[in-house]
Amino acid sequence: MAYFRSHVLVSIDPVCVEKGAYDLIRALQDELVKQGLIDEVEVLETSRIGNPVSEGPDLMVYPEDVHYTNLTVKDIPFLVEEQFLKGRVAEEFVHEAEADLDEEFSAPRSKEVRVVLKNIGEIDPLNIEDYIALDGYMALGKVLTEMTPEKTIQVILDSGLRGRGGAGFPTGLKWRFIRAAEGEPKYMICNADEGDPGAFANRRVLEGDPHSVIEGMIIGAYAAGSSQGYVYCRAEYPIAVQTLRIAIDQARSLGLLGENILGTDFSFDLEVRMGAGAFVCGEETALMASIEGKRGEPRPRPPFPAQKGLWQKPSNINNVETYANVPKIILNGAEWFASMGYEKSKGTKTFSMAGDVKNTGLIEVPFGITLREIIYDVGGGIKGDKAFKAVQTGGPMGGCLPEEYLDLPMDYEALGKAGSILGSGGLVVMDEDTCMVDIARFFMEFTQDESCGKCTPCRVGTRRILEILTRICEGKGRPDDIDTLRYLCEEINENSLCGLGKGAPNPVKSTLEHFLDEYDAHINEKRCPAKVCKALIRFEIIDGTCTGCTLCARNCPVQAISGERRQTHVIDPDICIKCGICEQLCPYDAIEII
Amino acid sequence: MPTVKSLDDLKKIREEALKKQQMKETSGKTEVIVGMGTVGIAAGARETLKAILDIIEEDNLDNIIVRQTGNIGLDSFEPIVQVVLPGKEKVSYGRVNSEMARKIIKQHVIGGEIVKEYQIVG
Repeated sequence: MAYFRSHVLVSIDPVCVEKGAYDLIRALQDELVKQGLIDEVEVLETSRIGNPVSEGPDLMVYPEDVHYTNLTVKDIPFLVEEQFLKGRVAEEFVHEAEADLDEEFSAPRSKEVRVVLKNIGEIDPLNIEDYIALDGYMALGKVLTEMTPEKTIQVILDSGLRGRGGAGFPTGLKWRFIRAAEGEPKYMICNADEGDPGAFANRRVLEGDPHSVIEGMIIGAYAAGSSQGYVYCRAEYPIAVQTLRIAIDQARSLGLLGENILGTDFSFDLEVRMGAGAFVCGEETALMASIEGKRGEPRPRPPFPAQKGLWQKPSNINNVETYANVPKIILNGAEWFASMGYEKSKGTKTFSMAGDVKNTGLIEVPFGITLREIIYDVGGGIKGDKAFKAVQTGGPMGGCLPEEYLDLPMDYEALGKAGSILGSGGLVVMDEDTCMVDIARFFMEFTQDESCGKCTPCRVGTRRILEILTRICEGKGRPDDIDTLRYLCEEINENSLCGLGKGAPNPVKSTLEHFLDEYDAHINEKRCPAKVCKALIRFEIIDGTCTGCTLCARNCPVQAISGERRQTHVIDPDICIKCGICEQLCPYDAIEII
Repeated sequence: MPTVKSLDDLKKIREEALKKQQMKETSGKTEVIVGMGTVGIAAGARETLKAILDIIEEDNLDNIIVRQTGNIGLDSFEPIVQVVLPGKEKVSYGRVNSEMARKIIKQHVIGGEIVKEYQIVG
């Protein structure tokens, strides 16, 4: 093998090809031959280099690791002389990587109000002193020394705090039920299963501020009369589990967990239980079965967990975010908390923002904010400035809401009325290039896979829906499919045992309601309006726009494209696998999806 | 730390913790804080943290406290590194790799001049 002292990688991505990358390669090789360097310097082709905003054509010189841009053929002799003969960097062509980062690096978050996420980013989660310095465990001190359990429950009730896991049941009421229940011991459980794909708020709280959850649980245990608690967290969250364990150990060694907390006769201890990550284990009865070491399956209610829960004893389950709100409410008062929010939804809510939105990540906003404010003001708008199409709230069991609902205030009731749920606060934003039938199929695939199989409507029904949706996406939809889907959605929703089954049809139901025209196009016209479903689209090269640059033909993985250089190329539809590589590569936008 | 037997004990611990923090602020030490939640680590925060520690060791820098925190929610900007010079406002940097970390330490932590091109503007 020949030994080269230097390699020049020239980008042949469409932008650079348009700017003459191939001419540059030829000029480089000619110049290297002329200078007698062709055996020392190798010229290679590569894909896009670095920042896509560069002027192009781009090239990299190794091992010097220099990125040149904006070169023309007449610059080549100078570049070769400087770089390879004299061994100097030709500064005038070096690409300035940092120059165009400024605008991209702004993250306006002015509409956020941080209660649960307040400490995150400020404190070291592995150091309990950081938390105590910011008034950590002061709420516990206040409760144990100044308040009766009844008074504590009343404050939480007055604050209007509702379950952040999705159902929105008033937390104070839950605590009152377990306090009144007969039987000892009583268990305090924290649901940290967070199974929704695209939700990550709970993990963030456990990793960034674990003590706020622990303190909330101890306060809850005091109010409920509980002596033992469990945090049920999925094994897919190893850092959260580890952080939480360290935090629990620290709290215990300080005497904030264990016997006679703060010198009172109240005792409470806490353990972490790991789940194997089944989606259904976020449902409270399935979760308790899993803690007991049984198969994670839900059971009918009543009896409710407050009467017969874990090991048939009175139990209370709240979500991570619910518990994390508790210390703040005790310290700042119920009125403070109730002053934030909207109608029956008080306080703030975290949302995990994902999908086609510019600033993905975790946000915390007061209830009552509109979807438009969340997506455009906090989220920065749609990626690539495309048009908004739909937003799915509340994870895989939520509905997809179209543009008319953008001014909907975020709260439990308003979302429920619109046919969606608040859920755990997942927000998946979809742009105009999303096929709503395909999205419904995608979510159904998830719920069908996660159905535990205990009850028939969910086990069989979700499978039937998935089959029909798959059929529609493959262009084999039948005219009566829509009625069948509607019927199945109703039946599954009414007859399933737990929330997973009841919520599973939501994506299908909501897309049927708001995007019926897309179903219609798939079934009756065999057409996918968003041009996503592969069976219903084909790729064609536009005659006259194609310059015959051969870029597509050379990159087609199945050699479906043929044509002479400088002549219009043709795609053979029988060979084409519709991977879309040619469309992405074509520098002249000569490839059309039909 | 002694165990907490009463609310007063807890308050004492809080006072001490606050005192420690104030001492940090008045000691003239610079804090470098790396977001080490799952998102940060997935984006390369371990390499960034290691690079920062290496630079400090190589150049024998004292007066710098390196600590971790959770991820603040700006996920597309991870790994995030925050720098607090004594008596100054916190400055957050986004998508910090090892090289950028080096530049931040040299220019901002030692030189006192904010590396504008990496800064996340709120």
